[in-house]
Amino acid sequence: MNIVGQDKILLEGLANQDNNAIESIYKLNFQTIQHLILNNKGNPEDAADVFQEAMIVLYEKSIHPEFVLNCQIKTYLYSVCRRIWLKKLEKQKRISIQTDEFDQVISIEEDIKEHEQSNIRFKTMENALSKIGEPCKGLLEAFYINKKQMQEIAIIFNYTNADNAKTQKYKCLNRLKKLFFAEYKNL
Amino acid sequence: MEDSLLIDATERYINGQMDANERIYFEELRKNNPELDQQIVEYIYFIKELEKFGDRKRLTHKINNASSLLSKQGLTKPFYANPQAKVLFLWNKYKKTIAVAASIAIVVSVISATVISFFSPGKQNNIKPLVEKLKQQDAKYKNLEKQIGQLNQLNKKEEKPRLESNFRATGFMIDVNNNLIVTNAHVLSEASHQIIVENRDGDQFSAQSIYTNTVNDIAILKIIDKDFKKMRPMPYSIKSKNAELGESVFILGYPKQEIVYGEGYISAENGYEMDTSFCQLSTLANEGNSGSPVINKNGEVIGIISSKETNSEGVVYAIKSTNIFRAMEEIKKENENARITSKPSIKNSVRNYQIKKVEDYVFMIKGN
Repeated sequence: MNIVGQDKILLEGLANQDNNAIESIYKLNFQTIQHLILNNKGNPEDAADVFQEAMIVLYEKSIHPEFVLNCQIKTYLYSVCRRIWLKKLEKQKRISIQTDEFDQVISIEEDIKEHEQSNIRFKTMENALSKIGEPCKGLLEAFYINKKQMQEIAIIFNYTNADNAKTQKYKCLNRLKKLFFAEYKNL
Repeated sequence: MEDSLLIDATERYINGQMDANERIYFEELRKNNPELDQQIVEYIYFIKELEKFGDRKRLTHKINNASSLLSKQGLTKPFYANPQAKVLFLWNKYKKTIAVAASIAIVVSVISATVISFFSPGKQNNIKPLVEKLKQQDAKYKNLEKQIGQLNQLNKKEEKPRLESNFRATGFMIDVNNNLIVTNAHVLSEASHQIIVENRDGDQFSAQSIYTNTVNDIAILKIIDKDFKKMRPMPYSIKSKNAELGESVFILGYPKQEIVYGEGYISAENGYEMDTSFCQLSTLANEGNSGSPVINKNGEVIGIISSKETNSEGVVYAIKSTNIFRAMEEIKKENENARITSKPSIKNSVRNYQIKKVEDYVFMIKGN
């Protein structure tokens, strides 16, 4: 097996959110990224944040049905981190990132743009969820995020039966949806 | 249609829980009611968005876990480079990590063979040997099948007569220089004439026993067939300490004519009737699994499957890996070149990668 083969397995693992795969990717790549950030006016927390963001970008790509990675995971993560960090530095009006001819950087503009869109939706959803209040928030999280069964949810939230919990869930979902689109459409 | 009904229908639609008729009706409804369809599209989009939100929350949580795990192990500790040499340092560092990745990916193949069975005197009562005795007819049928298959390959290589085997077990490579394979001693009690090892491709190689210890139920075979090609060092190591209680493990063996994977954990530090040469696993093993390697997540062999409890399901005994070292010490007295040839490369890898690396080193043991 070659690096390509190993990367393939790691990406499949990442797409399934397999802990071993996540740990392996972290272990194999984090130090490289940390060096990039530390040598360019960042601190270890910045490094962890940027790396986390890049892993999310890679994850979003990996779950796409037609996804093909045409470079190594290492190269991809490096390129994404570099781009994300550069943008942050520019925002803060600090000196631009130091480049050198050895850097293996590939074009990831499209992916970054897509990720920024997905960031906006994520933040909007987070805001909407924080506004609807309990028990709606807990109820929706239990069903859509933690994938619990309605029977189980009925017990946790003290509904007399699964049907009552379901009715409540619809009401909550509708409210959340309104909040979400109200904010999203204004963006 | 009421909102709640609409959401319910939409959810069942995207989850594929509608039967064909309902689905057709639902799609028809959408086609004829643009306004309703717009609402449904919005719901589908929104529910997917909510699920994506959940996925990302879970992923972030897992990445944070990985991060704190690695920082506990000191693997994320930053070291600051000399400012003048930043670029060069970064590049060197980068190269180094590439080399690590490359070395992990070096192709290593593994041989192994399986026999699960155990006939230890006085201990037979509740213990079932896991060597599979093949029905002679089955073997003949297989043989015939093989021969037909091989007719097509006649030009490729000279025909070797297939062995008619009366048992099947497992074994795995421990020394690629001397082609030594470890298995159970009880397995060999089934073979009075001939022993062969068979790889995943069905190639058979003759072997002979060079060491047996019936107390520890350990045996070491040497492949003596000149057609056997030397393998690269094993990707797993042999653990020289006892495994820990609760440690999760996997096994690879030949309970049937193809390699089978199993999972479990160490459930007790000692074996049947407190036998300290053995440990107890909670896993499923069947006839043919005797001799299977028991491997932990670090890619270390911690034991060899030997037998199982007949009274309770899922109780399996394995010889502790420390016994392999003892056996090798004995062999060294005769052949000082003998040594365990490990080049570990699967530590902390994902499981299917570990299996791919290990399976070539796991062999079927057959004989008559």
